[in-house]
Amino acid sequence: MNITEKILAKASGKKTVHPGEIVDANVDMVMIHDLTGPLAVEAFKKIGSQKVWNNKKVVVILDHQVPAESVKAAELHKTMRQFAKDQNVTFYDVGRGGICHQVMPEKGHVTPGNVIVGADSHTCTYGAFGAFATGIGSTEAAAVMATGKIWFKVPPTIKVNVKGTFKKYVTPKDLILNVIGNLGVDGAIYKAAEFTGPTIKKMSIAGRMTVCNMAVEMGAKNGIIAPDETTSEFLEGRVKNLPDFEALQSDKDAVYERTVEFDVSKMEPQVACPSSVDNVKPISEVGNVHIEQAFIGSCTNGRIEDLRLAAEVIKGKRVKDGVRALVIPASQEVYRQALNEGLMEIFTDAGAIVCGSACGPCLGGHIGLLAAGESCVSSSNRNFIGRMGSTQANVYLASPATVAASAITGKLTDPTKLETKP
Amino acid sequence: MNSKIKASAIKFGNNIDTDVILPGKYLILVDPCELAKHALESLDTEFVNKAKKGVILVGGKNFGCGSSREQAPLALKYSGVKCVIAESFARIFFRNAINIGLPVIECKGISSAVETGDELVVDFEAGKIENASNGKKFQVEKLPQFILEILADGGLIENLKGKMKK
Repeated sequence: MNITEKILAKASGKKTVHPGEIVDANVDMVMIHDLTGPLAVEAFKKIGSQKVWNNKKVVVILDHQVPAESVKAAELHKTMRQFAKDQNVTFYDVGRGGICHQVMPEKGHVTPGNVIVGADSHTCTYGAFGAFATGIGSTEAAAVMATGKIWFKVPPTIKVNVKGTFKKYVTPKDLILNVIGNLGVDGAIYKAAEFTGPTIKKMSIAGRMTVCNMAVEMGAKNGIIAPDETTSEFLEGRVKNLPDFEALQSDKDAVYERTVEFDVSKMEPQVACPSSVDNVKPISEVGNVHIEQAFIGSCTNGRIEDLRLAAEVIKGKRVKDGVRALVIPASQEVYRQALNEGLMEIFTDAGAIVCGSACGPCLGGHIGLLAAGESCVSSSNRNFIGRMGSTQANVYLASPATVAASAITGKLTDPTKLETKP
Repeated sequence: MNSKIKASAIKFGNNIDTDVILPGKYLILVDPCELAKHALESLDTEFVNKAKKGVILVGGKNFGCGSSREQAPLALKYSGVKCVIAESFARIFFRNAINIGLPVIECKGISSAVETGDELVVDFEAGKIENASNGKKFQVEKLPQFILEILADGGLIENLKGKMKK
């Protein structure tokens, strides 16, 4: 079996499982946030449940409309706060956590080999730690909170094998955009995407999280990377009792629906142009695109490694007049570290605005929205029509390095070319 | 859920994402009737008026891709959509629709066989879809029994309530 099948077999008490088989899996962790949580809480009450099945396995995080931008959002937050208190579950309030997908692994709620579901599509991020993790809706999250179980159709797996060393300022974000560009937004629909190969092996946890985070953008049920010493290094001190990683490696004779090969050694920075995540081009082919906003942050690229990279590009330069540059650390922990490392100074000196840890403009619900006719280059994950504000606005997805370089010049810019300019 | 429905079709293309079905700025709304007022407005400002009478949505590939927001199928259901038929669905949307009692059917070839305004007849029990306007018929794979039961109960909440009483 491959790693996804192994985890689902164990979670459903079976020796083996096969793609297409429907299993009833025990859930190790369920997460809800301020936009999907209120519906889940309502559904939980309607089901008639008094208490969650296991209060150690439910996590509530406020991260989308944070801090509350309206009375309506404040009411939703109040509902979530009360639910967390009544149920005595782990709760991250405003200022205590950050973006759910950063907070979950940071605070030790993600263990390799676990089945984790979250009422957010980017829950697949935790595949970076060798967990089976996938997004569900609110009602289903309520059902999991009541029963601790969920059904899954065991997915066929696509193996994405990656080799080569990245050039300077080419990143895991460029890799995953390239993969999605090749496979298409429905290229892995209903399937698992298992990322393997020497490039993945050498990749940091931050990079692995970026890669698995966007698996859903090609329709995948989950993205997953087998746990190794990089995984244990990150989880050390966060998760007690790490499991045996040997049992989580895909077998040599594991079956894959197909294997796709990628080589990053000659890859240049990639851009997903409006309004589909698979409309991906190397930056040299994008042409002259002026931008009004540059956003560095989100569950895809708001980690300390991303901020360091952006700061390296921006240091000593100024954000172009007419461009708003937004920097949003993915969590309080990342925020604190960026402060310690002096990154905040670099950003603010350059004329960027640094906001509190939250989802920010990524989903167009809170701060940093776009007006009609404006363009934004963003390190986030979706460029759909109306995603970040006006339906007449354009969103270009790229790496934090490309976003930073573009903020300086006011147009989509290859970060490797920025340095050579006088 | 009725085991058989008849309604006219409204057709959309491939990759209809949840941000166009219901933009993120409306997620702070809780009342499904309020959500419904904004269903698909980014693609068609008149959609809500057209859907009122009860319609069947026909989509291409990857219908409902993107966010896990259950508010997307909720907005469709409360705007008057009786059923969504598509070439394929994004999995979270598919599960969400079933869980809130909005029938969804995967049917290869449907988007080329239906135009907006065609009368469609759907028989869920038999797995049959007929386009009464042009006579084209489809036999689809029946959903597993436990999913049909969730739909018959009107969604996962009622289904689970029933189970927990036992």
